Parts: sequence; structure tokens; C-alpha cells
Amino acid sequence: MTDPMARTSPMTSSSVVAPTAVHGSQVPPQPASGPAGPSSAAPLASKDKPRSLGSDAILELRRDPIFIVASILILFLVVMALFPGLFTGTDPRDGDLSLSRDGPSAAAWFGNDIQGRDVYARTIYGARASILVGILATLFVTLLGGTAGVLAGYFGKYVDSILSRLADIFFAIPLLLGAIIFLVSFPNDGGTSDIAAILKVTIALALLGWPSIARIMRASAIQVKQADYVQAARAVGAGNARIIRSHILPNGLAPVIVVATISLGLYIVAEATLSFLGIGLPPQVISWGGAISDAQNYIRQSPHMLLFPAAFLSVTVLAFIMLGEAVRSALDPKLR
Amino acid sequence: MGRYLIRRLLQMVPVVIGTTLIIYAMVWALPGDPFAGKCGDRPCPEAYVAAQTAKFNLDEPFPVQYAFYMGKLVTGDFGETFSGRSVIEEIGRAYPTTLRLAIIALLVEIVIGITAGVLSGLRRGRFLDNLVLVSTLLVISIPIFVVGFVLQFVVGIKWGLAPPTVSGNAPWAELLLPGFVLASTSLAYVARLTRTSIVENIRADYVKTAVAKGLPQSKVVGRHVLRNSLIPVVTFIGADVGALMGGAIVTEGIFNIRGIGGLTFTSIGQREGATVTGVVTVLVLVFLLANLLVDLLYARLDPRIRYD
Repeated sequence: MTDPMARTSPMTSSSVVAPTAVHGSQVPPQPASGPAGPSSAAPLASKDKPRSLGSDAILELRRDPIFIVASILILFLVVMALFPGLFTGTDPRDGDLSLSRDGPSAAAWFGNDIQGRDVYARTIYGARASILVGILATLFVTLLGGTAGVLAGYFGKYVDSILSRLADIFFAIPLLLGAIIFLVSFPNDGGTSDIAAILKVTIALALLGWPSIARIMRASAIQVKQADYVQAARAVGAGNARIIRSHILPNGLAPVIVVATISLGLYIVAEATLSFLGIGLPPQVISWGGAISDAQNYIRQSPHMLLFPAAFLSVTVLAFIMLGEAVRSALDPKLR
Repeated sequence: MGRYLIRRLLQMVPVVIGTTLIIYAMVWALPGDPFAGKCGDRPCPEAYVAAQTAKFNLDEPFPVQYAFYMGKLVTGDFGETFSGRSVIEEIGRAYPTTLRLAIIALLVEIVIGITAGVLSGLRRGRFLDNLVLVSTLLVISIPIFVVGFVLQFVVGIKWGLAPPTVSGNAPWAELLLPGFVLASTSLAYVARLTRTSIVENIRADYVKTAVAKGLPQSKVVGRHVLRNSLIPVVTFIGADVGALMGGAIVTEGIFNIRGIGGLTFTSIGQREGATVTGVVTVLVLVFLLANLLVDLLYARLDPRIRYD
């Protein structure tokens, strides 16, 4: 991957706004630039204490209403995923066929689904699968892509050629199509536990998602490794591991965090799409995608079955994308 | 230029081999009887199994099977399905529909997306800008199948403005609504990307120069700002061409369109390995060529970029 491909690289459909290589041109986090942004003179920081990009970003974030709203929403959703019992006392698996497809009422706020189960309870319990898939997939993608990107960018030569071609291969397979083939090839059976089913979806998404992170990390590693301070570090005897840990990683981190946060929302969408198609999570795992899939044939008669899980799903995705956007504008000095 | 093109084309070879190998391996080499359920409720007759095994070289070791497959693929022979239909004919039947759908989606994306992005970028911080930012964020967050169902229900059934499902030969007019649904997410990305790019470029020195020397607003924006701002947008659209043609599985499903998405989905379900590998090969080629085209387009948009 040479010249112009480097421009195309971090531009996948999984980033809201081009997280282009501009991030790499930022000042490295350690040495703080004397006068920070002209308008961002915070009263908190004393004049003589140098501020790093990281602490600057945190100051910026604390004042950003988008960040605050997104954080509160995410906190709320994580609590919902961890302790669904706090929000509802109803058993989400308890069906009463006489209530099938009943609309919203005082007893069942969001109505009942086709099996007469409480849609509100199922929506609350559905948060767990979505959030788990989103977080795990992002974690795997960042680890896999970050490692591959650092190795390719830092060591160059044949390591770079092999890893970049490998990334090209996985990048060329459409996410949804690849994930469907993967999941059909490793089907669930009766003995598959819930967590195994969730992990399988996660692995499918991670296998196809890592190249975008790898490309960002690689670009930043290539840029940093020629910098004077890296040469200096090498001259005083720092080994590869040390240079990677204290120079290469911190520099690539900002754009990776931004893309990872935004893609977290998109992995949640991907999981819901797969479950909607009937091959993501099996029916015994309560999930928003599965609920929407069940509701699709009754949208004309009972729209509540579709709307409530869809609204929760959308708000969750929105929260993560907003978080990523807020972090991006805090970390990118160009936008100040 | 010529050498650059050849190098790029050569770089595609390992990618195509790699993708087909992965897909082929997942569809064929995994545990499970490929003939399970192929012959209704009874097990398949010996003769049929023997004939199919010979046709797909199933008794050979996996690398040999794959080599046979690739050998035929290079000559343009995509093979046959289990029932003896030609894979390339199946793809040829489905592709025009998907192509029409993708073209509509692409046009929607370019026209509405770039217009919204330019308008909001030029009026940064004003009402229109905030409206575009909020509405695109909402569109990105709502999964495409929800958008599809809601629009199908509201526009197609309640208002009766468009047919809720598409008929067999899929004429252009019936594909408008599905095309819009398919484009929705990318439309939002294009708008946001254009806006960011414009906001970044509008403060550049060359724009100030252009204004200072008295160029009218339309020329400043059209000739200077837009041309420089479009590079990341073109990159995104190029990558999206591949995604639109492979990612239409959901949209085609909702609107009952018989395109590549539907063909792929049913073939995966029926474990029609030859069709699945064939479709993926075509999609990957389209994706790679679209990206190459975009890279060549850079030089047209920005003469500073040279390939030698």
C-alpha cells in the first residue's frame, strides 16, 4: 500500500468523519506546547504547569454538552445491561398468549409481543447482548488492528507487506456478507450457550473490522518513527519495545480511540442487523435485533413491537457516536 | 502513470486470491455434509453424490479443490450450482437490478449529501448547519432495516406514493424508494464529511486570496473550496460503491428485490458454495476497481497529486 492508498486508508464506512492522517501531525502528548489554544485558557491550570494534549482534551470534554449527554446515556445503558432487574420486575421470558400483540397499557408500558411477553422487559434485558457485542468487538478490533498496525508501520519491509496485504484482503470483504458467511459456516446448535453465541458474532465482526484500525495505527507509526525524538531515544539505547511503548503507541492512540468509539455504535448496528436476518444471536438470547426481526411481519397491526426496541437501539448507537464525535473534537486541535 | 496502474493492478492479485480462498474455505472445507437437505426428506442417491463429488473435486484435499476452482475462474468459468445452473448466468440475471439500485443510491448520496454538506459547511454554526448535523447523526444511528420498514410502511402503504414491494423486472421508478433507503446512511456520512472538509478549507490562504482578488462567491466556492474539499468525499464514495453492491442484502430483502443481495443470502443459506464464491469474487473486483478509479480521480481533482 503506497502513496494514494495511504489517503484512502482510514476512510471506511465505519467513521463518521474522516479521521485522516491529520491526527498524526499533532504534537506528541509528552511535551506540551507553551501557550495552549488562545481561547481555551482554562482558569484551572496554573500558568507554569505544562498541559499535555490528554489533559487539554479532558478539560475540553468536561465543558462539551454533547459529551455530557452521551456519557449519561451510556452510563444509564451500561447499568441497564448489568442490572436489568433495577428497571423491571417482569420476567422477559414469561409469555401469556392471551395478551399476544396487545398494545401499550398501564400494565405493560410498551405492550406485548407475539408470544404475549412484555416488550418493556424484553427491551430492558436486550441491552445486555447489544452492549456486550459492541464493547467486545471494539476491544478485539482495537487489539488486533492496533498490534498489526504498529508492527507493520514500525518494522516496515516484509512485515509491512504481509500485514498490509492481509489487511487489504479482510478490508475487501463486505462486513455484512463476510459475517453472514462466517456465522453460517459455524452454526449454533442446541448446546451453544448464550455467551458462546455472543462471542461468535463478536469474532465475526472483529475479523472483518480490524483493518481500519490497523491502517490508522500504521500511518501514525510510520510518521512517528522518523521523528527526531525517536532517533534520539534510539541513540541513547532504547530498544524497540520501549520505543513502541512510549512513542509509537501514545501518538496513534488519539485517532484510534476516536474511530473505535464511533465503530462501537456501528458494531451494535451490525449485530442487530445479523440478528434481524436470523443468523446473529439465536432466539433464546434476548436482543433488540431479534425483537425487531420478530416484529417485522406485524408492523402494520402492532407497530409498538418494532418501535420500542428500535428506539432503544438507535439511542444506544447515537450515544456512542456522539461520544466519539465529542472525543474527536476535543483531541483534534484543528477544529478548535 | 502507466507503471503506477500496472503496479496497482498487480497488487489486486493477492487480494483477490486471498478473499476467494477465505470464502471458499469457509463455504466448502468446514465440517458438515454438503449434501444434507439437498434432496428433500431422503438422503441423496449414491449416483448424485458421486457425480457432485466429482464435479466439485470434493474427494481431493482442500488446496487441490481450490486450485481447480481458481484455474477455472481465471478463464472466466464460474462453475455450476448443485442443480446444474450456470453461476455466471445467475449473477448476470441478478446484477442489472442491483446495479440500477446502486446507481440510484449513489446519485441520491452525491446530490443530496454534497449539497447538504456544502450548505451547512458554508453556514457553520447557523440553524441550517445544526439541522444538518443533528439529522445526519439521527440517520446514522437508526439501523437501515428500521428506516426501510418505516419508510415502506409510511410512504408505500399509508401514503401510497410508491409501491411497497418491487416487481420482478424492477423498473427504475419502483427502485426509487429502496434506493433512497439504501443510500440513507451513506448520505449522512457524505454530508458530514463534506461539511468538515469545507470548514477546514474555507480558512485556507488560497481562499482568502481568491476573495481578495474579487472573485464572486460562487466561483470561490465552486472553483477553490469545493474542489479541494471533495477529495475525502470522493474517497468515501469510491469505497461505498463496493459496499452498496454487497451491502444491499437488507434493503433487497425488505423490498423483495431480486438482486445480488438476495441471491447471496439464499445461496449462503442453501450452502451453494459455487454461487457464494462467485458473487464474492465479483463484489471484491468491483470494490477494488472502484477504489483504483478513485485514486486516479485524485489527480484530476488535485493536479498536485502525481503518479509516477
